[in-house]
Amino acid sequence: MALLELQGVDTYYGRVQALHQISMTIDEGEIVTLIGSNGAGKTTTLRTISGLTHPAKGHVRLRGKEISGLPPDRIVTLGIDHAPEGRRIFHRMTVRDNLFLGAYSRNDGPAIRADQERVFQLFPRLRERRQQIGGTLSGGEQQMLAIGRAMMSRPKLLLLDEPSLGLAPILVDTIFQVIRDINKQGTTILLIEQNAAKALQVANRGYVLETGRVVKEGTAKALLESPDVQRAYLGI
Amino acid sequence: MSRPLPRNDRAMRWAMGTFKDRNRTIYTLLVIGVLLWPSIADVTTGGSGNHLVSTAADAGIYVLLAIGLNVVVGFAGLLDLGYAAFFAIGAYTYGLLASGQLSGSPLHHEFHLPFWVLILVAMFVAAAFGAILGAPTLRLRGDYLAIVTLGFGEIVPRVFRFLGAGSPIGNWTGGVNGISAIDSPHLPAFISGPWFGTSIQVVSPFDFSDSNWAPMDYYWLIILLVAICIVLVTNLYNSRLGRAWMAVREDEVAAAASGINTVAIKLLAFSIGASFAGFAGCYYGAKLSLVSSENFEFIVSVSILIMVVLGGMGNIPGVIVGALTIYIVQFFVLTNLPDYAVALSNLVGLGFLNQSSPGWVGLHDEVQRLNYIVFGLILVVVMLLRPQGLFPSRIREQELEKGTAEEAVFDVREATD
Amino acid sequence: MTEDGTTPATILDVDHVTKRFGGLTAIDDVSFSIRTGEIFALIGPNGAGKTTLFNTITGLYKPTAGMIRFRQRDITGLKPYKIADLGIARTFQQIRLFSYMSALDNVRIGEHPRMHAKLWDALFKTRYARREEARVTERANQLLDFVGIRPQAHNYARNLPYGSQRRLEIARALAGDPKLLLLDEPAAGANPQEKRELMELVERIRAQGITVLLIEHDMKVVMGISERIVVLDYGEKIAEGKPQEVRTDPRVIEAYLGKSA
Repeated sequence: MALLELQGVDTYYGRVQALHQISMTIDEGEIVTLIGSNGAGKTTTLRTISGLTHPAKGHVRLRGKEISGLPPDRIVTLGIDHAPEGRRIFHRMTVRDNLFLGAYSRNDGPAIRADQERVFQLFPRLRERRQQIGGTLSGGEQQMLAIGRAMMSRPKLLLLDEPSLGLAPILVDTIFQVIRDINKQGTTILLIEQNAAKALQVANRGYVLETGRVVKEGTAKALLESPDVQRAYLGI
Repeated sequence: MSRPLPRNDRAMRWAMGTFKDRNRTIYTLLVIGVLLWPSIADVTTGGSGNHLVSTAADAGIYVLLAIGLNVVVGFAGLLDLGYAAFFAIGAYTYGLLASGQLSGSPLHHEFHLPFWVLILVAMFVAAAFGAILGAPTLRLRGDYLAIVTLGFGEIVPRVFRFLGAGSPIGNWTGGVNGISAIDSPHLPAFISGPWFGTSIQVVSPFDFSDSNWAPMDYYWLIILLVAICIVLVTNLYNSRLGRAWMAVREDEVAAAASGINTVAIKLLAFSIGASFAGFAGCYYGAKLSLVSSENFEFIVSVSILIMVVLGGMGNIPGVIVGALTIYIVQFFVLTNLPDYAVALSNLVGLGFLNQSSPGWVGLHDEVQRLNYIVFGLILVVVMLLRPQGLFPSRIREQELEKGTAEEAVFDVREATD
Repeated sequence: MTEDGTTPATILDVDHVTKRFGGLTAIDDVSFSIRTGEIFALIGPNGAGKTTLFNTITGLYKPTAGMIRFRQRDITGLKPYKIADLGIARTFQQIRLFSYMSALDNVRIGEHPRMHAKLWDALFKTRYARREEARVTERANQLLDFVGIRPQAHNYARNLPYGSQRRLEIARALAGDPKLLLLDEPAAGANPQEKRELMELVERIRAQGITVLLIEHDMKVVMGISERIVVLDYGEKIAEGKPQEVRTDPRVIEAYLGKSA
């Protein structure tokens, strides 16, 4: 059984239809990426999965169980974590507290501390600033913190929206390594990334979205080699 | 952050059209109501409608105040909890300069300046106090302003009360007795007509102190003042200043980076709001012929704020409807509620409830005690049903709708400050 | 590049600027000068102090030490609106539009400091105010045209697609007739096609005689359009020069580009 399945999902913002009949499956242990230009519906798809937006039609199933219509906090406890684009961290809390909030629903103390250590190893900058409040971090540091928090929650399915946004070149490779690591530890990942080439390099499969519809799907390798995808999204 | 598709242009224009139309409908109904009210009052009371007309004029004062506070709260997004202080300043300005009060003060000279001059003076005095209060506080964060205005609202009536007989600097304000025997305004001319049961004629010169005619005169005078204010405030809203207020309300940092002096523009809103309260206070003093510090307590500030919020912050017709609604609830429904309850209990055969007994003061007084609970309940119910207010501005409506469904726009202020 | 043909003119001089927050030194004795008419880039690792420097130049922060001169005039410690008024406009790393105002109104806000209608004009909607409003609206429409989002003029800013929001922010910044435009990661979140369009837009802005200072992480964009680059790391300037010089500087490679770049 697929971990997550979307079937014929329509989502609206007011009277504007943002998603048209989106269907996709994500299997346990996969990294799946969504490709498409801005406004194609990638973020809306993620929001529909995490319950921030409710679909007007269609099904969202987690291990066969319907989750569309559930409130976002319920969906989080079911094991889906959404790291939204735009660095939504807690601005008035310290870096450490932000990280521990990521582990809010866990109760395996030693493992949590080990995970924190791992976050600090990946982002030494966060270790230096662990007592600073989130709001005083720079944009890129907040991005690191948002990803670190997602790592701490060890969800079944992690929805990552543009994790490399605003990061220096030297960190972009690190981020993709982090994504691989998180995946290896048993977290399935649905990834949105403007840097489609990099995303397809880490992903197993991908879906191409245009104006709210799935227009192409396939293995990451096939998409990387597809001339249409190369021209439209890889800047080749 | 979501990236919904661009909104269809025609749908947008259509939507904006109905919003405009809704406001137009409200204005049309208000104008019809205003024109018919004296006749309605006369017909329903069998020819003695003066009281109802006079009450309507009092309601007009609150409409003025709500329109003024709307500039501060609705347009510029500043929370003013002591608005009644400026109302008091306006009323006392008129009271002091248009009565015999100052003959007993260390000045030993009384002033009787005309109403039309003093209404401008009162505006400027109130605006000046607004500027003095706002200049140091508007640099601080929004919450501080609320607290400072709250304090100011408490201080001003006390100062007026204190400056009576026996104060170290002499009797200026009449203290607890307030100022009485204040001059009535005069008009150069006034048109009489069928609404008095007479033929249309110009009566000249016109004196508001004629007790038979006074309620009607004050009624038309406040209608005139309200109409002027509506036009001016609407113009302001549609000007570059209105736009700048909106920008400051949404994002101060971005507004400052666009070259808007945020402190100055907020100060302007604050002072303009204060000047409207001064304006209203002047009329209030003239109509009542008495000003007393106890008429400007905290509850007045709160009532006006409720009018603005309940009517629909930022939208002038909405605020007017809010002011009238709250006024009717406070001064008709709630004051008559005990009588209604007594009448009802007699009607259904529960008349014994009207007797007082140990632990029961009688239905009339019991209901009177519950007045503010009923008021609170009404407010809670309305705000639950229409959290954006009765007739909100287009923008506020959107903010609330989308704000809950889609979570508020990400606030990055702390990240860059 | 010279302004009057004889003396090499700088439009902005950052002179030994330091900014500390409590114990943290965000900018440490940084100096550089931007010449009139060039496209100048500021790069560096996350947390290097780039946005802090932008905030210091535009008056959101007061520098702890040092001086900032704009067209030879000392602007250190002036209020943000004053600096905007003098001719420095900016965009924000995280877009800061007035979400519930139309695209057109956003741009008209940008023209605010160039408008002169007084309270009197506003209250009584004088002929002067009406004419000025018409003129400003005309100009705002031209600017929306210039950045390519004129058809969306009457949409709420929040309802515009992301790319258009970035463009709208630029249009709003241009509305105040700036001499110097500061762009904070304008290409963040853009796809390759949008990045190309953005670079072309920046070139057109420069062609109008506006000097551009930008923060950007995308090396294709930075190397493609900027004439000179300053690199910050931990608040210190570690390199300055032409794109080729900077890209091969070992310190820059170590701190910022990484081995693969």
